[in-house]
Amino acid sequence: MKYWEKPFGKEKPKVVDGEIYIIPDRCKGCSFCIEFCPNGVLELSTDFNKKGYHPPIVVDRDKCTYDGLCENICPDSAIFIIRKEDKVETE
Amino acid sequence: MQNNEPKHPMEQYLRMDRMPHIWCSSCGLGSVVTAFMKGMKRAGIDLNKVVVVSGIGCTGRVAGYVKLDSYHTTHGRAIPFATGLKMANRDLTVAVISGDGDLFAIGGNHLIHAARRNLDLNVICVNNFIYGMTGGQNAPTTPLEAYSSTAPYGNYEHPFNLVGLAAAAGASYVARWTALHLQRIQDSVEVMANKKGFCFMEIVSPCSTVFARKNKGGTGLDLLQEYKQRAIIDHSANPTEIPLDMDGEMVCGVFVNEEKLTFWENVQKGISRKVKRHPLYVEDKKTQY
Repeated sequence: MKYWEKPFGKEKPKVVDGEIYIIPDRCKGCSFCIEFCPNGVLELSTDFNKKGYHPPIVVDRDKCTYDGLCENICPDSAIFIIRKEDKVETE
Repeated sequence: MQNNEPKHPMEQYLRMDRMPHIWCSSCGLGSVVTAFMKGMKRAGIDLNKVVVVSGIGCTGRVAGYVKLDSYHTTHGRAIPFATGLKMANRDLTVAVISGDGDLFAIGGNHLIHAARRNLDLNVICVNNFIYGMTGGQNAPTTPLEAYSSTAPYGNYEHPFNLVGLAAAAGASYVARWTALHLQRIQDSVEVMANKKGFCFMEIVSPCSTVFARKNKGGTGLDLLQEYKQRAIIDHSANPTEIPLDMDGEMVCGVFVNEEKLTFWENVQKGISRKVKRHPLYVEDKKTQY
């Protein structure tokens, strides 16, 4: 589909690319990041960390928008994201 | 963790030698500390001039974990300690982070009078409805009919409405959020850090071990899901009319945000007429009238 004009003269929305880092041994298994992630990127793993909790794993990295909710809500500072400088445009 | 991998951004703000912290799994306090430090960073304040004062309790441990000048004071006396700090060095940004038992039970009078005088303090009260660290006794914020160690038949006392109390006592900034409103907490911390006068923020946080267990609330995650369902944001609400119950709405928002003369400014204004003619008087250029 081809538009005769960009909507309201604005540029295309951009999606930020980045990386998700999980530090498994710091996790206390509260599942906040899994439950409150709006895109369902994370899931509880079956592995144990050294304290005996199940840390999260990334199941669908493509859905991640790198908004940083998991980083903000994690009480144990066990998960964080780093946004890359270069941005990828969506179609 | 290998050295070449990036570090967590909170590692520069927390005393990592003391980690992992003692807070239970699915307690909201860790998120509150993250939001506080990120808000302070966004406020653009020199972190060498930020002081955190805490009392006793689970929330009192915040002072031990943040990598700032911090003081862990006696029970209920966080605000008097902070008052002395602020009066001795007015360049400091003094934040009091403490629990509901510390600030409103044993330290209730201090908070009321600090709000009345409009001292330049930022007070953050993390409310988990119970005395978590000492075994789950009744707190002044425990809702009616909630169970606790000292209320096995259900609580029969009316709880304090913290935002109503702070607003009625004369605070310049009064807000209430839950531990899930992380961006809002960051915004409030940013506003409070740059605002003169007594700023009060209540953060409703889940107590996963004691409050949830006594009241069959599941885990802290279940409590946070429940708060998510119950919380509504209404900035125009009257803070004295929105107490917290076991069920029903949790009205959140910024209820009071006004400019008033602070305690120090009133002191200067009050004594300046008498003191100006004294040979030892030096004019304070920070307080202009």
